[in-house]
Amino acid sequence: MSEPIETHAVDVLVIGAGGAGLRAAIAAHDAGARVGLVCKSLLGKAHTVMAEGGMAAALGHVAPDDSWQVHFRDTMVGGKLLNNPRMAELHAKEAPERVRELESWGAVFDRTTDGRILQRPFGGHSHPRLAHVGDRTGLEMIRTLQDRAVSLGIDVFMECTVTRLISGAHGICGAYGYWRTTGRPVVFSAKAVVLATGGIGRAYSVTSNSWEYSGDGHALAYDAGAELIDMEFVQFHPTGMVWPPGVRGLLVTEAVRGEGGILRNRDGRRFMWDYLPEDRRGEYAATDEEAERWVRAASRSQPTDARRPPELSTRDNVSRAIYQEVRDGRGSPHGGVFLDISYLPADHVRQKLPSMYDQFKELADVDITKGPMEVGPTTHYVMGGIRVDAETGATTVAGLFAAGECAGGMHGGNRLGGNSLSDLLVFGARTGAGAAAHAAGFPGTPYLDPVQLRVAERELGEPLERLDGEDAYAIQRDLQETMQTLVGIYRTEADLTEAIARLADLRARWLAVRAPNGRAYNPGWNLVFDMRNLITVSEAISRSARQRQESRGAHSRVDYPDLDDRAWGGVNSVVHRASDGTMEVGTSPLVSMREELRALLGGAH
Amino acid sequence: MTGPRQPGEAGRAVTVVEPTEVTAASGPATAGQVIEAAVPAEAAGATATLRVFRGEAGQDTRFEDFAVPVQEGMVVLDALHWIQGNAAPDLAVRWNCKAAKCGSCSAEVNGHPRLTCKTRLSDLDLAEPITVEPMRSFPHIRDLVTDVSWNYAVNRTIQPFTPPADLPQSEWRWQQADIDRLQEFRKCIECFLCQDVCHVLRSHETERPFMGPRYLVRTAGLEMHPIDQADRRPYLKELGNIGYCNITKCCTEVCPEHIAITDNAIIPLKERVADRYYDPLRWAWRVLRGRLPELPVGRELPVFPGGQPPAASADPQADGSEAAGTSPPERRDEPS
Repeated sequence: MSEPIETHAVDVLVIGAGGAGLRAAIAAHDAGARVGLVCKSLLGKAHTVMAEGGMAAALGHVAPDDSWQVHFRDTMVGGKLLNNPRMAELHAKEAPERVRELESWGAVFDRTTDGRILQRPFGGHSHPRLAHVGDRTGLEMIRTLQDRAVSLGIDVFMECTVTRLISGAHGICGAYGYWRTTGRPVVFSAKAVVLATGGIGRAYSVTSNSWEYSGDGHALAYDAGAELIDMEFVQFHPTGMVWPPGVRGLLVTEAVRGEGGILRNRDGRRFMWDYLPEDRRGEYAATDEEAERWVRAASRSQPTDARRPPELSTRDNVSRAIYQEVRDGRGSPHGGVFLDISYLPADHVRQKLPSMYDQFKELADVDITKGPMEVGPTTHYVMGGIRVDAETGATTVAGLFAAGECAGGMHGGNRLGGNSLSDLLVFGARTGAGAAAHAAGFPGTPYLDPVQLRVAERELGEPLERLDGEDAYAIQRDLQETMQTLVGIYRTEADLTEAIARLADLRARWLAVRAPNGRAYNPGWNLVFDMRNLITVSEAISRSARQRQESRGAHSRVDYPDLDDRAWGGVNSVVHRASDGTMEVGTSPLVSMREELRALLGGAH
Repeated sequence: MTGPRQPGEAGRAVTVVEPTEVTAASGPATAGQVIEAAVPAEAAGATATLRVFRGEAGQDTRFEDFAVPVQEGMVVLDALHWIQGNAAPDLAVRWNCKAAKCGSCSAEVNGHPRLTCKTRLSDLDLAEPITVEPMRSFPHIRDLVTDVSWNYAVNRTIQPFTPPADLPQSEWRWQQADIDRLQEFRKCIECFLCQDVCHVLRSHETERPFMGPRYLVRTAGLEMHPIDQADRRPYLKELGNIGYCNITKCCTEVCPEHIAITDNAIIPLKERVADRYYDPLRWAWRVLRGRLPELPVGRELPVFPGGQPPAASADPQADGSEAAGTSPPERRDEPS
């Protein structure tokens, strides 16, 4: 502690450089703020880069009937009406402009025959709506935003992890972290902080998420006193790879189904016919013939009166269907089901799904133009997150903002595919502007409380100094096993209670964790703080899941198998830190919906 | 400032092979895990030896051997993760997506620049140790991690997408065929393997900095955009020094995205530059008109950090003491 800590002063500090963080940084910069952008990995490697299928926006290029109103309704219906309706409204209205803006910054989307941005169909969307670039849309998006931010001269702090937020008299006013390459501490003084840290998928052993998805923003906000909502809603994507073991959980894009992929069980049965919810059955094809007619038309971007195939049901529903097929002994040899696109021309498949073709060819020795893939559910996304104001992204703590996956409310109980990339853009931009406005009104200069800095410094150093103890990988294994087996697709009261007890035990073990061999680029040490965050987030998920005694969207209770609108249809789950430091879970009424929005839902509400 | 290790030389000079006895049977408790047990019982027999470059820049770098139980379909990155989880929790390796989409896990496997997430153990000779080293062209940080920040600095010198000011976006139209080539360039995942293998960068013998294949690909993507208005040829010639590339196609060979870097990006750019500067008729026209060559738009390239005389870093031990006191690699962008 003898030498002064490296300190950087900015107006707006953005933590996370995926789609939401980059877009927030650009917006804050455009509003005149001096911006610092911090990311755990190298720039351009954030999880957004892995997004495949596309970004949903009612551009109406393929289906002229599409509109923000229909997009709004699809989003609310997909979210089982738990969504913040104002967020769903803003998202549907502003997504087209955000997509066009990307194009004006150099993004090169696939084209329609008349030369405009092409749109593809996806689960739960009434119309072909996803602007895309083959199956690597996320790469196009992050590269475009990254080059834009760089050309604007925004300061980027790469391979830097924030471990604590610093608060002062006017709310959050800074952050404490360390450089991954050297392990040396670094402090940011900021008049507003934007959390854009993504999700929590590393809490599970089967996940499509990278090591970065350790719930940092969720946990930092919770520790700072912010509220987390809807944490029981974790999206298990229906199609992850299941074989070979090293790639288990890797994402197989929903675009495979959007392009016509058919799900079959071991007996060759197209089982999704058996799982369509009765009240929505009319939206789907009635026969194989009608579904195939829809696929042929979609592959040429032609309008059709055929309805969409049953595979394009919402993700929560398809995941449960696959889970049940496997559980009942009708799965594929490696514990999944079959997904087949090989009935379409090989050239077409390679053009529309190039990275899926490569992924299966190179990692699983499967040629998807010749035979089916084996797929099963994988942890993919958390709908729950930090409670934010729809207009500005402000959290319930002054000076703290959140956007993207770590923010809650937009997607309710289940997110539609394609709504995430557009969410990042719409609310990234709004939150960056909101944070810049807050920073502009910040009185004076942020004061960084030395006591908080010392606490943060001590926490960093302790695992390095302990002479014995287990390493963080052991805690990670047990945490992932706990969440995978007890807080997965299907949940019970007993399992959730058991999970909460095990998490308490893991927290006690975490206090004694050891990370030898120095600070410089030491993953064993870095993982310690990821685990701290994941234990907090996992407890929030488990407690929220135990509280909600019904099945809705992505949350399925074996002991409460039905939707219970009377008891649970009108509330969000809320988690916050009580004054004694324990986690408190409760509910709050849904954000009220304006009458004209309610009218758009028609019979759905 | 520590220089890069010299190909195949510096590492060996300080090699301390320390076989670590790690077998499937002695691995920490994974038996109770049903779904993702790192060591399934049926694989307990087969092992691969990974010979991994270890240590901090300029300090006592060495190779360490690890016996890793082999699973069906395993890639080198899986093996490195197994080592982290069971034998060396501090093993430094960059990775993110594990699906060849992010370009983080670049390394040299048995001397070949590869993404470790895409390199299957079944394609390697498991009778011999599998050597895993960091990329050789970039300054070493620790274990398999190198300082690639120079690449980001080069990227900042390129003039961004410049659409026409007088064409409203609502009228932008182009056909898929017009952008197929562009989309090939934009598949780049910035793994920097092409930069690593480029012999112009690797041998550091040029007087002026060379932008390298990655940024020629990016520039090609901008130059060939249907409505981009900028002329980056003066930049390519004067600052990016495209002339240094002599088309050996090493970059194309290592590209995990199968981008035809040399044929589709570099050669067409070279032709455009030649057309702009060396076409005799244009040259004569300029002379007659008395026009000076245009100044390049864009910024000066930063000096490649590995660009020191090879002798200065031939023996990492020699500069070890000095390196211990060097400042950390620059990780942040310059303020505008």
